[in-house]
Amino acid sequence: MAFTRREGVRALLWLSPWLVGIAIFFVYPLASTVYFSFHRYDLFTLEFIGLDNWRYAFSDPRLLQSGLNTLWLVVFMVPAQVLFALGVAQLLTKVKSGSSLLRTLFYLPSLVPTVAGTVAFVYLLNPATGPVNQVLSWIGITGPDWFGSAAWAKPSLTLLALWGAGNTVMIFLAALLDVPKHLYEAAAIDGAGAWRQFRDITLPVISPVLMFSAVTGVIYAVQYFTQAMIASRVASGATDSAGTSFTPGYPDGALLTLPQHLFQTGFRDWSMGLACVHALLLFAVSMVFTLVLLRQFSRAEAAS
Amino acid sequence: MRSLPLAAAGLLALTLTACTAGNTAPPALGAKPTTTSTDPAALPAATLELWHGFSTDVETKAFEDAIAGFTTKFPQIKVVAQKGIQDAQITQAIRGGQAPDVAASFTTDNVAQWCKSGAFQDLTPVIAQDGIDLNVLPAAARSYTEFDGKRCTMPLLADAYGLYYNKALMKGEQPPKTLSELTELTKKLTVRDAEGNIEVAGFIPSFQYYENSPSHLGPMVGAKWYNDDGTSAIGSDPAWKQLLQWQKELVDWYGYDKLEKFRKGLGDEWGAEHPFFEGKVAMVLDGEWRNAMIASEAEDLDYGTAPMPVADDKPDLYGSGFTAGTVIGVPKGAKHPQQAWELVKYLTTDTESLVTLSNALRNVPTTKAAMDHPGLAKNERFATFLDIFAHPKTSTLPANVNSVFNQDAFSTFLIEWEKGAVKDLDAGLAGVDKRIDDKMKLSGG
Repeated sequence: MAFTRREGVRALLWLSPWLVGIAIFFVYPLASTVYFSFHRYDLFTLEFIGLDNWRYAFSDPRLLQSGLNTLWLVVFMVPAQVLFALGVAQLLTKVKSGSSLLRTLFYLPSLVPTVAGTVAFVYLLNPATGPVNQVLSWIGITGPDWFGSAAWAKPSLTLLALWGAGNTVMIFLAALLDVPKHLYEAAAIDGAGAWRQFRDITLPVISPVLMFSAVTGVIYAVQYFTQAMIASRVASGATDSAGTSFTPGYPDGALLTLPQHLFQTGFRDWSMGLACVHALLLFAVSMVFTLVLLRQFSRAEAAS
Repeated sequence: MRSLPLAAAGLLALTLTACTAGNTAPPALGAKPTTTSTDPAALPAATLELWHGFSTDVETKAFEDAIAGFTTKFPQIKVVAQKGIQDAQITQAIRGGQAPDVAASFTTDNVAQWCKSGAFQDLTPVIAQDGIDLNVLPAAARSYTEFDGKRCTMPLLADAYGLYYNKALMKGEQPPKTLSELTELTKKLTVRDAEGNIEVAGFIPSFQYYENSPSHLGPMVGAKWYNDDGTSAIGSDPAWKQLLQWQKELVDWYGYDKLEKFRKGLGDEWGAEHPFFEGKVAMVLDGEWRNAMIASEAEDLDYGTAPMPVADDKPDLYGSGFTAGTVIGVPKGAKHPQQAWELVKYLTTDTESLVTLSNALRNVPTTKAAMDHPGLAKNERFATFLDIFAHPKTSTLPANVNSVFNQDAFSTFLIEWEKGAVKDLDAGLAGVDKRIDDKMKLSGG
């Protein structure tokens, strides 16, 4: 259909609040990020340096390392969190008595402030004074230096993420309770077992919710910052005093995520141009993951 | 539809102006001839905003007392102090055109950046105008307050680093003077349980332990951070290798895992459960401010202080150490730069004020006159640090625009090194050089 000029103007008028919003909060920051990425910028001096920031970024081993760490979180932590939350929610639907107490118990950790929860975990898992390794030693196991060894640091953070997955558990629980009972009854009459019921009834019905938590989980993982920063800092035992600088990533860069590297580059080294390159890469990575996930799910939806 | 290109043009304009915001500068320092400053009343009245990093009640009060000394001298000037300010806040305020008149920082890490970018005003013209002789400051203190010929800050109070030893744990031994004596004594004083876990450490060699940063330990071997052209000297100065090999031998003697386990079980550096207070470590590297903390947290501790031991083949270094300190200056965009400079000048060069402040904070005063002043409270333990500060070989971390990055790059490597993950030390140190130099190139230095 053909729009007249007047209609076009009117449409723009109706859209204008949104246009202004997206221009100020999305297009302008994005454009300036691109602009600054070609400059040497320390908040005081601005100097055009062409592709130097980009060249430096791609030869920076720390960027690769932080990118791989973030990828690890997306590939392992997000699925672990979704599966764990789904499992717990499924169990909670089966519990006959005391379910409200259990629901509260599983939800409570997500009310604990992130920083406090992380610090508590690091203390619990302290290799010298932590109770976890103490208990392990009673049964003859020498516990690892959880947040202090490169191999265990990310799994330890995953444990923390599972502990705090109460929000997702609640969302899944609501979705599971929303599956029409009669579908299960019909399936049971047709002789479908528990697994078959789960695969052919539960999963298709709750798949929009699964997709929602997978997408938000991935976006969250790509932006993962606070827990890793706090865990590194507390576990390293580094001192927090004037004149000492702290590098995120302890141990051995195992907890250096892309956003932390960006923060360090921009707000500790004041290399804003380089940090803008990191920001654009982060943006591209989140876009790619989100698009892939959306496509997977819409394909799965079309197939079912 | 005409509004779209307009909006786009507006956006572009915004993008372009955003980077020049905050450039509308009030009068810069030294632009106007000052009155011959012998007459305080000649200075016009003003209210100065001062940002500083002190945060505890005792520190804040001591600093405000020092400011009160200034306002008695210049009654027409009022000073409003803001406590607990970090460097990032200062940088952002200057950038946003909301700079205070005077800003002080606890770290010297950003001095190069501030001087180079002009974020802090160059004090050279007013120093010349007022005829201040900078030779009253030790060379190290002069060096960490300027960059590339621009003196944009002045040292307020300094920190000097030395060795603290617990007399009861020393078993009658004298503090070590060389690295090999330190090793020997550490082995002698360390106590372990049946499973080999450390109960008392002679000296903790880990670079990750509280004050054991490479900048603090480097002076023991006279190690150099930068070449004259600003490139990294870490790989080429054999002193670093000497330090690292000495350190690794001691770490291996403890066993890295045992040492890490011990280190992680220790109390907080700023709390009352500091391992030195608790008798868990016989000798520690620390700043002169630890004296004040021991006095308030562990007054019964019987301890002594000494300069750090030095490399066996460089005995002339003995008595020197690391120094750095609080810096203070006038940011770009200060509303009353002339009065601000008077305040900076008073706080950093007035002997009485420095002595009072040093007595209250138990930091090292920076000028020679203040150090020799009879009013400066000193006991033997504190005097050690005054001597270290005044020692001609005492060094600091030279100002560099990437100071934080460079220290990070080195520290990251040192953790790998002490853990035993580095097979080829020369190649590893060359890698540190490359990281520092590449970043230097990117920063246009």
